[in-house]
Amino acid sequence: MAELFATLAGLAAETGLNVLPVLVILFIFQAFVVRRRPPRLGRVLVGFGQVLVGLTLFLIGLEQALFPLGRTMAQQLTDPALLPTFGAARRSPFDYVWVYAFGAALGFATTVAEPALIAVALKAEDISGGTIGAWSLRLAVAIGVAVGVALGTFRIVTGTPLPYYIVVGYLVVILQTWRANRWIIPLAYDSGGVTTSTVTVPVVAALGLGLAATIPGRSPLIDGFGLIAFASLFPIISVLGYAMLADRFSRRRAKTTPAEDPP
Amino acid sequence: MVRNVLSVARLFGASGRDLAPVVLAVAFFQIVVIGQPFPDLGHLLFGLASVVIGLTLFVRGLKIGLFPLGEALAHGLAHKRNLAALLGFAFCLGFGTTVAEPALIAVADEAARVAAAANVIAATDAAIADYALDLRLTVALSVGVALVIGVFRLLRGWPVHVLIIAGYVLVLVLTLFAPAEIIGIAYDSGGVTTSTITVPLVAALGVGLASTIRGRNPMVDGFGLIAFASLMPVIFVLVFGMVRG
Repeated sequence: MAELFATLAGLAAETGLNVLPVLVILFIFQAFVVRRRPPRLGRVLVGFGQVLVGLTLFLIGLEQALFPLGRTMAQQLTDPALLPTFGAARRSPFDYVWVYAFGAALGFATTVAEPALIAVALKAEDISGGTIGAWSLRLAVAIGVAVGVALGTFRIVTGTPLPYYIVVGYLVVILQTWRANRWIIPLAYDSGGVTTSTVTVPVVAALGLGLAATIPGRSPLIDGFGLIAFASLFPIISVLGYAMLADRFSRRRAKTTPAEDPP
Repeated sequence: MVRNVLSVARLFGASGRDLAPVVLAVAFFQIVVIGQPFPDLGHLLFGLASVVIGLTLFVRGLKIGLFPLGEALAHGLAHKRNLAALLGFAFCLGFGTTVAEPALIAVADEAARVAAAANVIAATDAAIADYALDLRLTVALSVGVALVIGVFRLLRGWPVHVLIIAGYVLVLVLTLFAPAEIIGIAYDSGGVTTSTITVPLVAALGVGLASTIRGRNPMVDGFGLIAFASLMPVIFVLVFGMVRG
């Protein structure tokens, strides 16, 4: 019990050091540049206390739950008992199909329910005048993340170099940016950022590291990272692609039924 | 009182909703594919509970304490038209918020542990903590620089696309020269910085600035800042790997 409290106190002190810079910066600017007493100082201090306790608890949960979740899934899904028995002498990347399925499911599930994305999608439907539906945009982003994480796990299994995938991905994005409608571009780039929430990042990172540690011939250091990069790159591609398709369809519809659309 | 309880309950709901898809995906594969109980279930449930409670308190604390202060400052500075103070504030905001970002703490710790296991750094606790801290400071520095560039761009009205594409070209060139073991961490660090704390405060700064300058669109210009904040860390961590390696 005493040991638990010592660990907790240590973690809280560490967390305090983490959060301190933000507080110091805000107060310095308040005192020397804006030169006004911060409004409702008491609330600010209470909020700071909650941030401290919250971050400490989150870091405990990180060690106890989020990292183990990703690591254990990586170990269990690559367990020889689960892999197909034929051709067991030489493993092919296709034996690990459950790993890719789990990556895709994790990416899809965490994205489609993301509150930040729901807000962005509704705004997009508004701006585009209905050319882009809120639901289809959310699906496009979620499919992008699912494909990204699945392809990322495939890369870890095969041990192919990460830069190849990322370079090709960015070239596709640059080409798409060129051809896309101006207003969709900020939205597409944003959708890459909103998919990586505080809960998802540790689970996905631990999944990648766990895979690289359990699959023979892979090194966690070289192969284990990169899943988060995939998860933020692919939604950009899928949103830009979806916008292009939606644009083309609505134009074709306008061409075939010109009576509804006076010049 | 009742309103307080309700708002706390809503926040718990929000943290739970963040966690639910992960738990559902894992549970589905555990039951349907693997078909054996999750090892150490007690620890796991305890950990999940502290994630939900911790994230709830963290977000609530930010909302009542730090965000109003940061937003008021961003607005105040944007109206003051003092370029040095504004750029200084942008740098400090990027640096300060990123140092405390929980997702970055998580990834930096994992990266340091993996580096120690592979004998890139000494496998002592001190060396691991050192490496993780250096990595976090590098990323925080990069977000600070990104915001300075982003604010400067916003004031001058330079096009976002040109700067972003130039940044990606720089990433590609650096990738050719960086040691193989830093590349994955570098690419991941771009996605990690755009999380819980950084995005709302940075968006407040962007929107506050854009609304004081005529002819700027808050949506497009707020976005510009976040796009830089996820590009710069990649460049800085690649250089960090070249310098340390």
